[in-house]
Amino acid sequence: MTEKKSCLKGVGLTKVFGLGRNKNMAVDHVDFDFAEGEIVSIVGESGSGKTTLAKMLLGLINTTEGEIYFKSKKRDIRSQKAKKEYWTNIQAIFQDPFSSYNIFNKIDALFLDCINMRGGKKLPYEKKLEMMTEACSFVNLKFAELTNKYPFELSGGQMQRLMIARIFLLKPQILLADEPTSMIDACSRATILDMLLKLRNDTGMTIIFITHDIGLAYFVSDKVFIMEHGKFVESGTADEVILRPKEAYTKRLLNDVPKIHEEWDLSTVDIKAK
Amino acid sequence: MKHTLQQVFHSSKFVTGFCIFAAILLTVIIYPIFVPNPPLEIIAQGSFFPPGTYVSTYDTVFSSKAYTLNLPDAAAKRIAAKLGDKERQDIKDYLVLVGVPEAEIDTTNTIQLLSQWDKNYDPSKKISGMIFSKVRYYERLNKSLTGLLSEEGLILAAPNIDTGALEQIGTINLADYVNIKEVASVRTLPLGTDNFGRDVLTELVRATSVSLKIGLIAGLIATFIGLTLGLLGGYIGGTVDDVIMFITNLFTVIPSFVLLILISYSVGQEHRGPVMVATVIGFTSWVWTTRAVRSQVISLRNRDHVNLSKLSGHSLFHIITHDILPYIASYVVMALILQISSAILAEASLSVLGLGPKTSIDPTLGLMMNWAMIYQAQILGKWWAYFPVLIVIALITFSMNLMNTGLDQVFNPALRD
Ligand SMILES: Nc1ncnc2c1ncn2[C@@H]1O[C@H](COP(=O)(O)OP(=O)(O)O)[C@@H](O)[C@H]1O
Ligand SMILES: [Mg+2]
Repeated sequence: MTEKKSCLKGVGLTKVFGLGRNKNMAVDHVDFDFAEGEIVSIVGESGSGKTTLAKMLLGLINTTEGEIYFKSKKRDIRSQKAKKEYWTNIQAIFQDPFSSYNIFNKIDALFLDCINMRGGKKLPYEKKLEMMTEACSFVNLKFAELTNKYPFELSGGQMQRLMIARIFLLKPQILLADEPTSMIDACSRATILDMLLKLRNDTGMTIIFITHDIGLAYFVSDKVFIMEHGKFVESGTADEVILRPKEAYTKRLLNDVPKIHEEWDLSTVDIKAK
Repeated sequence: MKHTLQQVFHSSKFVTGFCIFAAILLTVIIYPIFVPNPPLEIIAQGSFFPPGTYVSTYDTVFSSKAYTLNLPDAAAKRIAAKLGDKERQDIKDYLVLVGVPEAEIDTTNTIQLLSQWDKNYDPSKKISGMIFSKVRYYERLNKSLTGLLSEEGLILAAPNIDTGALEQIGTINLADYVNIKEVASVRTLPLGTDNFGRDVLTELVRATSVSLKIGLIAGLIATFIGLTLGLLGGYIGGTVDDVIMFITNLFTVIPSFVLLILISYSVGQEHRGPVMVATVIGFTSWVWTTRAVRSQVISLRNRDHVNLSKLSGHSLFHIITHDILPYIASYVVMALILQISSAILAEASLSVLGLGPKTSIDPTLGLMMNWAMIYQAQILGKWWAYFPVLIVIALITFSMNLMNTGLDQVFNPALRD
C-alpha cells in the first residue's frame, strides 16, 4: 500500500490560536503523507487538535505555518475559484449531525446542491431524482420518504447517513470524517462505519477518519496516527500501532477502551474490508 | 413562499398581533376619508373640552320641530344634574358658616334646602376665612340654582332690529324636546379637545400615522445599516471587522441622543419634516443593532452548517443570505420592532426640546404627549388628552411584539410544534 500515489501531504503543518500569553499551539508541526485509497485514522483525546487539523486540510481555516500538497502539487486556494475547485476534491462529515444542517433547507435542497456542484445543474429533474434516490438507497434510506422533509425531523443516525449520501453524490477524492460516530447511538455507529468502508471500496476514496476511539480506528483503518497536544506522537499501520504500541500515550488511549477487541470481534468482523 | 405565508397565518400570536396592527393601520387610513378636517384646526374656544356630543344650543332653539314629551323623571334629573351630593354638602357648609343651626339643615330635602339658600345667600357678605376661589364658586352655584324648581318655561326674546327693544319670539316649555337628528349642527368629539382646542381624535389619528411613518423609516434605516455592518463585520472578520467596530465604538461613545440633537439643530427648523427627523433618528441609532447582529453572526460563522455550505462551494453572499440571515431573521425583526418603538420615543424626546418635526401641519404622538404634559393634563385630570396617546403607543409596540413572537415560530422550523 505504501507504494501508492500520494494524495494529501502535510509538511510542518502548524496552527496557533491566540497571541502572547494566550498562545495555543493547536497543531504543532505535523508531517504526514496519505496515499490514495487509504483509510487513515487520526486518534487523539479531546482537545488534541484533530478538528483544527481537519479544518486546515479542508481549507476552512488558514494555516499558521507549513505546506499542504494535494496530489503532490502544492495547494493554492487563495482565490474563491480555486477553493471551489479544491472542494470538489475534498469533502467532510462533521461530528455533530444536529448542527451540520441548515435547518431552513429541506433535504432536497441539500442534494440538489451536490448535484449542481458536480456540474449537473442542467440535468432534467428525472435524472436528478434518480441520482438522489440512488444516493439514498446507498445509505439504506428511501428518498421518497425524505423528500420535502427537514433534516431535523430525522434521527442523529439518519442525519449522519444522509451526510454519507451527500458524499456519495459528490464523489470527492478525499473524505475527512471528523468523529462521525461520536454523537450517535451505538447501533447506528456500526452502520455508519460499514457505509464508510463501502464508500471506499466502491469509489476508491481516501478517507481520513478522525476519532478519539482507538478501538474504532483499529477496525477501519489501514494507517493510524496518534495525536497528542497537536503533535503526531506515533504512526504506522493499524496493527503496528495498536497491537504493539510504543508510546505511553497510545497505551493509555488503549487502556481507556479495554474491552474493545472482544466487542468488535464478535459483532462486526466482516466490516473490515481488508 | 406561499407555504411560509400559510404558516405565518397559522400562528395565533402573529394573527392577533397582525389584527391589532392592521386595525390601527386601517383606522389611520380610513378615518381621514370620513373626517377630512385638518388635524390641527382649532375648533374650541378654551382648552380640554371633555369627550361627548356637542349640540348647537342656538340650533336647538330653532329646530324645525318641537316635541312635547311628558317624562316623569325629567324634573328629578334636572335637579340632580345641578344639585349633586357635593353641591348639597357645600350649601350646608355655607349655611352653617352664616349661622344657620346645623340641626335645621337637611341636605336630602331639596325644597327646604333651596329656600334656606335663597334666604341666607348674600354674595356681598364677606365671610372671614373663605378663599376667593370659594367665593366665586358660590356665586356660580347660586347662578346655576336660579329657577331650578320653576314650573314655568322660558321666554325667548330678540332685540328688534329697528327699535332695539326686546321682543318675545317664542317660549320654551319644560316638556319641550328636540330630536338631535334634526338639529343642524352637532359635533361628536369622542376624545374631547386638547389644550389648544383641537379635536383630540382627529389629531390622534393623524399623529399615529405620522409617528408610524417616522418609526418605520427610522427603524428601517437603522436596521438596514446595523444589519449590513453587523453581517459584514461578524462574518468576514479581520480588517473589515476592525474598521466597522472602530466606527461602531465611535458612535457608542458619543451618546446618540446628543448627536441627534446636534444634527437636528444643524438641519434647521425649515427642513425638519417628519421624514427628515426619521432619517436623522435612523442614522444615529443603528449602533446596537450592529453589535447584536455581529455577535450573533460570530457565534454562527463557525458552525458546521456554515462550513458545510462553504464546502458546497457557495459564495459569500449565498452563505450570508442563506446560512446566516435566516438564523437571525427573527432576531432582526425584533431589533426592527425595538428600533421602531424607540424611534417613536426618540421623536418624542426631540419634540420636547423643540427639535422635532415642524408642528404646523403634522402632529406626532410625541408632540401630543408633550402638549398634554406642558398643559398639565395629567394633573388636571384631563385623561382624554394623554391616555389615548399612551394606549396607541402601547398597542403599536404590543402588536408588533406579538407578530415577532409568531414569526419566530415560523422562521425557526425547530420551534414549530
Ligand atoms: N477557533 C478557535 N480559537 C481558539 N482556540 C481554538 C479554536 N478552535 C480550537 N481551539 C483550541 O485548539 C485546541 C484543539 O482543538 P480541537 O482541534 O477542536 O481538538 P479536538 O478536535 O481534537 O478535540 C483546543 O485547545 C481548542 O481550545
Ligand atoms: Mg474535534
